[in-house]
Amino acid sequence: MCLAVPAKVIAIDGAVGRVERAGIEREVSLMLLPEAKVGDYVLVHAGFAMQIVDETDADETDALLAEMHGAPRTVELEGLH
Amino acid sequence: MTKAEERAAAQTLVAAIAEAAAGVKRQLRFMEVCGTHTVSIFRAGIRQLLPDNVELVSGPGCPVCVTPDDYMDKAIAYASHPDVIVTTFGDMLKVPGTRSSLGAAKTEGADIRIVYSPMDSLQIARDNPDKKVVFLAVGFETTAPTAAATVLAAEQAGIGNLYMLSAQKLVPPAMRALLDDPEVQVDGFILPGHVAVVTGVAAFRFLETEYHLPGVVTGFEPLQILRSLARLTRQAAAGEARVENEYGSVVHEDGNPTSRAICERVYEAVDSRWRGLGIIPRSGLAMRAEYADRDIEHVLPLAPGEVPPAKKTACRCGDVLRGVAKPTECPLFGKACTPTHAVGPCMVSVEGVCAAWYKYGREAFQFGQK
Amino acid sequence: MALDDTDKITLAHGAGGKVSRELMESVILPEFGNPMLEQLHDGAIVGMSGQVAFTTDSYVVQPLFFAGGNIGKLAVCGTVNDLAMTGAVPRYISVGLILEEGFPIADLRRILHTMREMADKAGIYIVTGDTKVVEHGKCDGIFINTAGIGDIIPGTAIAPQAVRPGMKVLISGSIGDHAATILAGRHGLEVPDTLHTDCAPLSGMTQAMLMVAPDIAVLRDPTRGGVAAVLNEIADASGCGVLIDEAALPIHDEVQGVCDILGFDPLYLANEGKCIAFVPANEAESVLKVMQANEYGSEARIIGETVADAPGQVGLRTAIGSIRVVDMPLGNIVPRIC
Repeated sequence: MCLAVPAKVIAIDGAVGRVERAGIEREVSLMLLPEAKVGDYVLVHAGFAMQIVDETDADETDALLAEMHGAPRTVELEGLH
Repeated sequence: MTKAEERAAAQTLVAAIAEAAAGVKRQLRFMEVCGTHTVSIFRAGIRQLLPDNVELVSGPGCPVCVTPDDYMDKAIAYASHPDVIVTTFGDMLKVPGTRSSLGAAKTEGADIRIVYSPMDSLQIARDNPDKKVVFLAVGFETTAPTAAATVLAAEQAGIGNLYMLSAQKLVPPAMRALLDDPEVQVDGFILPGHVAVVTGVAAFRFLETEYHLPGVVTGFEPLQILRSLARLTRQAAAGEARVENEYGSVVHEDGNPTSRAICERVYEAVDSRWRGLGIIPRSGLAMRAEYADRDIEHVLPLAPGEVPPAKKTACRCGDVLRGVAKPTECPLFGKACTPTHAVGPCMVSVEGVCAAWYKYGREAFQFGQK
Repeated sequence: MALDDTDKITLAHGAGGKVSRELMESVILPEFGNPMLEQLHDGAIVGMSGQVAFTTDSYVVQPLFFAGGNIGKLAVCGTVNDLAMTGAVPRYISVGLILEEGFPIADLRRILHTMREMADKAGIYIVTGDTKVVEHGKCDGIFINTAGIGDIIPGTAIAPQAVRPGMKVLISGSIGDHAATILAGRHGLEVPDTLHTDCAPLSGMTQAMLMVAPDIAVLRDPTRGGVAAVLNEIADASGCGVLIDEAALPIHDEVQGVCDILGFDPLYLANEGKCIAFVPANEAESVLKVMQANEYGSEARIIGETVADAPGQVGLRTAIGSIRVVDMPLGNIVPRIC
C-alpha cells in the first residue's frame, strides 16, 4: 500500500529538500520531517520525507537465529519497545 | 551484503522457519495486511519456500482494493466536469466504478493527470488558475499526511483552486473488524512497515493486549519478510503473543508525531465503508469543517443524476480481502475478471490480491507445474 | 530561398509545390543526400541478392529529444534492429515524415542529422521518403514512419520454433535504460549523465554473432514490454520453458533507482539497443565473446536457459533462491505509489 524508499538529503531550502538515490535526484517536501538535515538518509513516500533512516539498525538475521536456537533474547531483539 | 550471502541467509531463515513450524501440529495462517508486502512476497517467491503448514493470506491493505465503487463514480463524475482537472496516483486509473473507470473517462477527453506526489497537484493548480484541481486522496496512514500537508501548503501559498476528494482509510480499525469476524482465522500478522512509520508500533499493541496474537512490524526486503515470518512462527510455536519490530531502522514506538499532527489538523476519523468489509467505525478520514472549502464534495456537490446507482456482481473481492476466500474460489477469477478486463479492484491494482495471484500465484502459474 | 534555423514548418511545405522543394533542397537532402535518393524518383530501384527481410514501424515518442537520443535515432535504430533480429544485413530504409505546422526547422535538422548518422553507422541507405504537414494540434511535433529491407544472411534460420530445451539465453547488456530515461523525465526525477537511452544499431553485432554461430535459434530486441515480453513470446512459440536468474540480469544502479522510486519492474521496461539470443549451449561462450567484443555488447551476459518441464512458461530464480513466474506485461507503465 505504501511504496517508500530511502534516499540521501543533499540540500534543504526551507520546507523543501533535495534527495538523491543511485544518482537520481528529486525534490521532496520536509513538512512531515522538519528535523531532517543534509546528509541524513530519509524514507521517501509520495514526494515526502517520512522518517530518518537509522543506519545503525544492523541486519539482525544472525541474532534472530541465535535466539531461535535457544540463546537468551537480547535487548536489540525487542526492537524499540 | 553480497548476492551469495543474501541467498545463504535466506536458506538459513527458511530452515529455521521449517524447524519452528515442525513443532506446531496445525496449520499456521499469517496475514500480511499491506499490499506492498503482498507484491514483495510474490516477487521474491517466498510462498514457495515455506513449509506446508505455514500459509500466508493477504489482508485489506491495498487502497485501490478497498476503495468502494461510489468513490470511483464520484471521481469519474468530477473528472467529467469541464472546469475540473483530476490528479491521481497511477494505480487508480484502471479501478472500475459502477459503469466506467478514470482511464476510460480520460480516453473520452476528461483532464486526468497522473502524479507521483500530491504536491505535484499544487503546480498544476498554479498553472491552471481558471480550473478546479481535485486530488484523489486515497491511501492509509502513510499517505494521508501527504495529502494533509498538501492542503496546508496550498493555504500557505495562497493557491485557492486545489481540492481533495478524500477516502483515506485507517488500518488498525480494519484489523479489529477482521479479528471480530468469526469466519476469519489468523495466527499472526505481518504488520505494515510504512504505516507503522507514521503510527508507531504503539498503534498495533492491541494485538497482544486485546487479541493475544503475535504481530511483527516488517520492512519490504525479502530477508526482512523471512525474518518476520521466523519470528511469527517461533512465537506461534511457543504460544507467545507479542508485537515485535523487525523494521527498527525507520519504525519507532511512537512513529512520526509530526505527520500525525498535520493529518489531525486537516482530517478527522469517521465511519467509513470498505469494499467487501462494509462500514467500519472510525476507520476512515474526512476533512474537518475548517477545511470544507478544500473539500470538493462541499464546494461542488454532485447532482443526484451524476453518479450511477450501485450494481451487483458475482465478484468476491470482499471475501478475498477478508481472507476467507482464495482468489481462485471466485467464479469470475481468470475468466470474466483478468488484469486486462478487471471486474473487482483486487484485480486492478498491481498489489491487488487477485492480480498478484493471477500474475504469480495461481496453480497454473507455478513454474514447471502447469 | 533557403530555409534557416529560425524558420518553422508551414502547411505549404507539404503541398508539393515550390515551397516543398525548398524544404527538400535546403533541409532534407543536405542531411540525407546520397546518389540513390538524389534521383528523386517516385520510388527507389535497388538490387537484392536472395531472401529479403522487410519491416516497418512508426515512431510517436514524447519527449522528442531525451538523454542520449531523439525520435530520429529511435526510428533508424528501431528499423535496423528489426531487420538485424531476422538475421538480415540491413540495406535500405525509407523515411516518412509527418510534421505539425509550426515545427521548428532547427529541430527537424537535428533529428534528420541524427538519422543520417545512425544510418551511416548501420551501413543502411536512406533511399526514398515522403513528407506531409498537418495542421496545428493534429500531431505531436513530428511523427516518423520507416520501412527497411535487408538481405537474409545465407545459412541462417531465425525461428522461435527452433528453440529446444537446453539452449542458453543471452542478453547484450543492461536492461531498462531507455524506458527509465524517458519515464524519469516524465515524473520529475533528475537523472545523472550516466543514465541515458541505450538506443543503438545492432546489425554489426548480430552479423558477427551469426558468423560464429549460424544456428542461433532466436534473436529479438526487447523493446515495448521489455525482457519479460520477449521471453514469454519465445516460450509460448517454442513450447519450451525459460528459466532466468535474477542475479545474472545486468541492471544499472540508476535504472534500479528509478524503478525503486516509481515502483517499476525493470523486466518490463523497454530497451532500444539490446538483443536477446537463444543459442545452442555449446556455442554460447563463443557467441558471448563476440557480443562482448562489440561496442554495444560489452555488458553481455548469459541470463538463463530453456527447460523442458515448464512448457510455455517463464521463470525467474529470485535473489533468495526461489523460483517465481514472470508473465506478460499489461498495459501502460504508470508509477505506483501505494
